[in-house]
Amino acid sequence: MSTTAAPPPKKTNRIGLDILPYRGLKTTLCAGCGHNAITERIIEACWEMGVQPWQVAKISGIGCSSKTPAYFLNQSHGFNGVHGRAPAIATGAILANQNLNCIVVSGDGDTASIGLGQFMHMLRRNIPLIYIIENNGVYGLTKGQFSATADVGAKLKTGMVNELTPVDCCIAAIELGASFVARSFSGDKRQLSVILKASLAHKGLSVIDVVSPCTTFNDHDGSTKSYAYMKDHEEPLHELGFVPSYEDIEVDFAEGSTQEVELHDGSRIFLKKLGRDYDPTDRLRAIGMLHAAAQTSEVLTGILYVDRSRPAFTELLNLVPEPLATLPQERTRPSAEDLAQIIDEFR
Amino acid sequence: MSASPVVLDGQETGGSDFVVNDFSIQVATANGSGSQTANNVLMRSIFQMGVPVSGKNLFPSNIAGLPTWFTIRANPKGYIGRKKEYDFLVAMNPETAREDVEKLQPGGAAVYDEPLALRSIRGDVHYYPVPFDKLVAPVCPEAKLRKLVKNMIYDGVMAHLLGIDLDEIRKALFRQFGTRKKKAAELNWGAVLAGKEYAEKNLTKADPFRIERMNANGNKIIIDGNTAAALGCVFAGVTVLTWYPITPSSSLAEALISFLERLRVDKETGKATFAVVQAEDELAAVGMAIGAAWAGARSMTCTSGPGVSLMSEFIGLSYYAEIPCVIIDVQRVGPSTGLPTRTQQGDTLKNALVSHGDTRHPVLFPSSPEECFSMAQNAFDLAELFQTTVFMNTDLDLGMNNWMAEPFEYPESPLERGKVLTAADLDRLGGFARYKDVDGDGIPYRTLPGTNHSLAGYFTRGTGHTDTAAYSEREDDYSNNMDRLARKFDTMRKHLPVAEIAPRPDARIGIVCVGTSRYATEESRDQLLEEYGLACGYMRLRAYPFSEELDQFIDAHERVYVIDQNRDAQLLMLMRLDLAVERIAKLRSIRYYGGLPLDARTLTARIASEEGL
Ligand SMILES: Cc1ncc(C[n+]2csc(CCOP(=O)(O)OP(=O)(O)O)c2C)c(N)n1
Ligand code: SF4
Ligand SMILES: [Mg+2]
Repeated sequence: MSTTAAPPPKKTNRIGLDILPYRGLKTTLCAGCGHNAITERIIEACWEMGVQPWQVAKISGIGCSSKTPAYFLNQSHGFNGVHGRAPAIATGAILANQNLNCIVVSGDGDTASIGLGQFMHMLRRNIPLIYIIENNGVYGLTKGQFSATADVGAKLKTGMVNELTPVDCCIAAIELGASFVARSFSGDKRQLSVILKASLAHKGLSVIDVVSPCTTFNDHDGSTKSYAYMKDHEEPLHELGFVPSYEDIEVDFAEGSTQEVELHDGSRIFLKKLGRDYDPTDRLRAIGMLHAAAQTSEVLTGILYVDRSRPAFTELLNLVPEPLATLPQERTRPSAEDLAQIIDEFR
Repeated sequence: MSASPVVLDGQETGGSDFVVNDFSIQVATANGSGSQTANNVLMRSIFQMGVPVSGKNLFPSNIAGLPTWFTIRANPKGYIGRKKEYDFLVAMNPETAREDVEKLQPGGAAVYDEPLALRSIRGDVHYYPVPFDKLVAPVCPEAKLRKLVKNMIYDGVMAHLLGIDLDEIRKALFRQFGTRKKKAAELNWGAVLAGKEYAEKNLTKADPFRIERMNANGNKIIIDGNTAAALGCVFAGVTVLTWYPITPSSSLAEALISFLERLRVDKETGKATFAVVQAEDELAAVGMAIGAAWAGARSMTCTSGPGVSLMSEFIGLSYYAEIPCVIIDVQRVGPSTGLPTRTQQGDTLKNALVSHGDTRHPVLFPSSPEECFSMAQNAFDLAELFQTTVFMNTDLDLGMNNWMAEPFEYPESPLERGKVLTAADLDRLGGFARYKDVDGDGIPYRTLPGTNHSLAGYFTRGTGHTDTAAYSEREDDYSNNMDRLARKFDTMRKHLPVAEIAPRPDARIGIVCVGTSRYATEESRDQLLEEYGLACGYMRLRAYPFSEELDQFIDAHERVYVIDQNRDAQLLMLMRLDLAVERIAKLRSIRYYGGLPLDARTLTARIASEEGL
């Protein structure tokens, strides 16, 4: 008779998977890089939400940030594309198979510099996917040049100071049509986790701009994307709670203290007020507050904007429910009679 | 055969000799004046008379005002390439009228707008003044429509002068307007009759040109290459089209969209089995097509040279990451403004090689609407079979002009979807290696995102990967993979549309061309034989990479002329990259790059001079 105790049962999620398939290869990024923390949160959020790994497509551009899809969801299809063009690849993938759960990871250079055009048009289309910007204000992979999200007055290690207006990806996202917009900080585990889970429950485009310090090139005094700067300047708009659709939990809160927002799949987010009034369904005020915060060098974080009424691009296209990719020939090649009729029209 | 006209004994008018069914008409108008309908009706009515005909619209990059010419060539032997000379002029544009008359062939004829008073320009052509404005007022009470309707008057005048059956004009006209625009058709018909009546009463036929019924057109249809290519895409089962407007490819996308909306919307549910995105630029257009193909769609984009230049980075990725993509390039002239609405084979070399690193892409060269239709289907099959970008190079001449064509044949073979593993395959195989050459043909297996299997996933990236798609920067992994890609490219040669070869006994000279160069080349070959006694073998390549047949063709001739519609002999340069030195030594270049469709006389003169004839 064996005396060894049975190993403790592996913890599994609601679709019966342990954490392993949600993990990826070992990271090759620098120690302390904010991007690694975001990878961890993606792994947890997907595991907790019971996301099917085979249904996920991970897509990225080029940069340290864009490498990270290799470090999570090992069983999923991944595509490390070309610099700044992940939106196009992801849009195409969604057209081919609208049932894919598409997660795009990009950098601030990838999104706001070389890829600004594609980013903007993806916003306009409200493509149903999650778009994460790992925002460190510099090009990490090419050794620390300014990106287009660098703040005015931000200083590089070389002493160079940025004097150009930064692109605020969240303002652009709210303005041009993303239907879920959030800002967070790679160091804020709890908040980022809720935001990611909420975005998994949202149907439409989720843009999540995460300040993610580059320890190697942009974590010094004078940087506005450093750990220290974020510690001083981050202003969470609310304390976030999340109840997924598959959990039937009553949440009690004092009248007026908390706002509840229901997402497409029935999941609910709870936004508990902190200091100021903020309503993430009010588009104009959201934009106004972000502009005001920029003036006072505050970094507002939290769920900035949610719009559940805006149709996703795939709905506008009025597609058949099955993936276009695997439709059989009978449904994609018209008949000989159809051809004969058309030919007749050219006689 | 000789280019001299068919001359018959004079019959009805004036006892002079007739030139029957063998002449060119040039209609000169201003862009935006609405002459297109009148020109197409005139061309089609000649076609309906059973006479082989071609129509070429030479238009500026402009919406209204700049000069436009439409050339209609009738030819009893079926030569439908451009002919430089024209015999009959319809001069409607005051700005160019003088030059237009000066360029007429001696003995030619000019119908012109009476106030232009062109008679004094030269004495060796026939003049037919027509008071268009006076004639149009009574048949078109609405003043603002007169500019458009006025053009139909010259159809009536020409019908009378050339002997075109008025019923054929009426048929072509009503066909053009379709059943929904009956009123507009009647209005225009009134103008045709007014022109015909005026000509009958006031003009005395003095020129020799006539159209007489023939029976040369059989069962043919008239269609432009872009529409034909669009139809090909529909019958290839395209599911995703992503595009950015650019002349001369826009009408391809627009035709495709209208076919898709008509044929590919589920009758019961009203849902579409296709997705179309007008992208923000060509980078996005091709990126979406590649993303869609990665996820399994039959996806495509269509564009012209400037668009391919923008797409170049993505095309390289498709080569290295082995993702299917179909790009139809309707070629035009060079960058920026100037001649973007003129034709050229300007992307022959670029498309075969485009991008960075070591990249090669298959290119198909259709020459006719029939081939636009069939090769569009080949392109999709090849892209999925070989998991790579496939180009189909057409040009403005083929894409935007109307051509006679045999009715298209319904495709017999099933769609080729390539080596795609399903979840059941993975169960059976116990896994797969994305970039492994399992079958020895260089072509690996792939899976699609969304395949319900824990072993289906793999990571796609550009250069550095092992055969299991793991990240690698090792030199052997890289070079082994590049060698396999080269093997794959080699396998392709046997799967491409085969060349058309027409040998001639005792020919020491060969001529090779692609695409629309065929029309001038075929005609020139006959001119060389008849006028100079020079027999030439002929080969029309239909795809790159070239096959062994090109080697054999070169071996069978002492010298081979390679025809290019570009300055730098791009087709010849491509051959230089691939052929053995002793064969390259036999190649001679003939180039034309003026932006107009190539014509036979130009070729004949060049080859004769090269040959010292
Ligand atoms: C077309 C092209 N231009 C330039 C580069 C070089 N490049 C690689 S990554 C990068 C910037 C990445 O910055 P970011 O997106 O902010 O990512 P990070 O490394 O900071 O995470 C650049 C310019 C490239 N790969 N491709
Ligand atoms: S260089 Fe910066 S962004 Fe890149 S891995 Fe290192 S810390 Fe991260
Ligand atoms: Mg960065």
